[in-house]
Amino acid sequence: MSVFAALIARDLLMMRRRPGDVGVVLAFFVMATLLFPLGIGPETNLLARIAAGVLWCAALFAALLSLERLFVTDYDDGTLDLLLLAPGPLELAALAKCTAHWIVTGLPLSLLAPLLGVSFGLDGTGLVVLTFTLLVGSPTLSLIGGLGAALTLGAPRGGALLALLVLPLCVPTLIFGTGAVEAAVSGEGASTHLAILAALALLALATTPWAIAAALRQAGE
Amino acid sequence: MVAPSLSVEDLACRRGGRPVFAHLSISLAGGEFLALTGRNGSGKTTLLRALALLTPHEAGIISWQGRDVAEAPEAWRGRLAWLGHADGLKGDLTLTENLVAAERLRGAGTPAAPRLDAALAAFDLAPLADRPARTLSAGQRRRGALVRVLLSDATLWLLDEPANALDGPAQEALRAVLQRHLGKGGIALAATHSALDIVGARNLRIGAA
Repeated sequence: MSVFAALIARDLLMMRRRPGDVGVVLAFFVMATLLFPLGIGPETNLLARIAAGVLWCAALFAALLSLERLFVTDYDDGTLDLLLLAPGPLELAALAKCTAHWIVTGLPLSLLAPLLGVSFGLDGTGLVVLTFTLLVGSPTLSLIGGLGAALTLGAPRGGALLALLVLPLCVPTLIFGTGAVEAAVSGEGASTHLAILAALALLALATTPWAIAAALRQAGE
Repeated sequence: MVAPSLSVEDLACRRGGRPVFAHLSISLAGGEFLALTGRNGSGKTTLLRALALLTPHEAGIISWQGRDVAEAPEAWRGRLAWLGHADGLKGDLTLTENLVAAERLRGAGTPAAPRLDAALAAFDLAPLADRPARTLSAGQRRRGALVRVLLSDATLWLLDEPANALDGPAQEALRAVLQRHLGKGGIALAATHSALDIVGARNLRIGAA
């Protein structure tokens, strides 16, 4: 079994032992999203227009919520040293950590989003495209977030710093994610937006594992 | 096969911009044990981390069988077993799951059940194997971490305060395991405050002026 698969298996097993950690993130996502229709009132047109933006922002904050602990627990309990000493590239281990994070946050958030989209009055096309943008875009959030988590390792008040680092880097993904839904709803077709969203995800995939590995080595010193 | 030999020449390390030690030389052959002693902050942990290439060293050469380990760091990492200050156990996983995960992360695959049982038995942990690590005491977790080292089958053991939190019988078990490792031609370095009573142990006092 490769280090990549072994690490994902270990992290998923740990999440299964603490389903509450994932539950809190998903509950936050639902609560944060549902506050908007409650606060704004039954203005269906307005709600449908802001739906994608609200859901994307809520997904971003929910992902951030769980990112802080991504490497901190490994750092504290000494398993980070074992990762640094594992044979094979550390970049792959970094990618494995982000993948495990996406499986327990990005993936369920994406699948939950259309249910919440209904409460905003999004139409069928909008719901499908929204789910699709989140599925394509949320891996970027896990990767960029993983970089933030690795860079803030060992820093006091890492959580706030993490948000400051990660949020600006996620702006392009946010813009094209919400843009795709708007374009689809207005009938323009979302394929351009989705292509750019996928390109951003690939760019993150091609760069962040190296940066995360470098940051982890630095933290290990 | 060439007999294992570790040689460190003229090693110098800094920690937080401050020099910790310099001109440190070590030469160890198979079957030898080196106890690193010295006051708190004298650089025992730094030396062990430098040997594992976790911390860069400022000057000097670490070589294994006459070859600089920096040339093939991956092969070097595969030769060592590491026991740090922290135990490297995940609190939510059981002891067995922790050990299996650690072996897989080493790229060694799932250990066979008899081998795992024998390693657990060496530290008298068989009855606790299915308990989550967070429910174990500090000494029991330390023993669990030592089982991980034993299970790795690595030639070179780098141990940072291995006897921390261990009670009398556990220290005895550690001594027996170390002695067996050395008997098989392995090498071990341990930063330690308590004498481990290893036969033929050498001692290096770091920071002795």
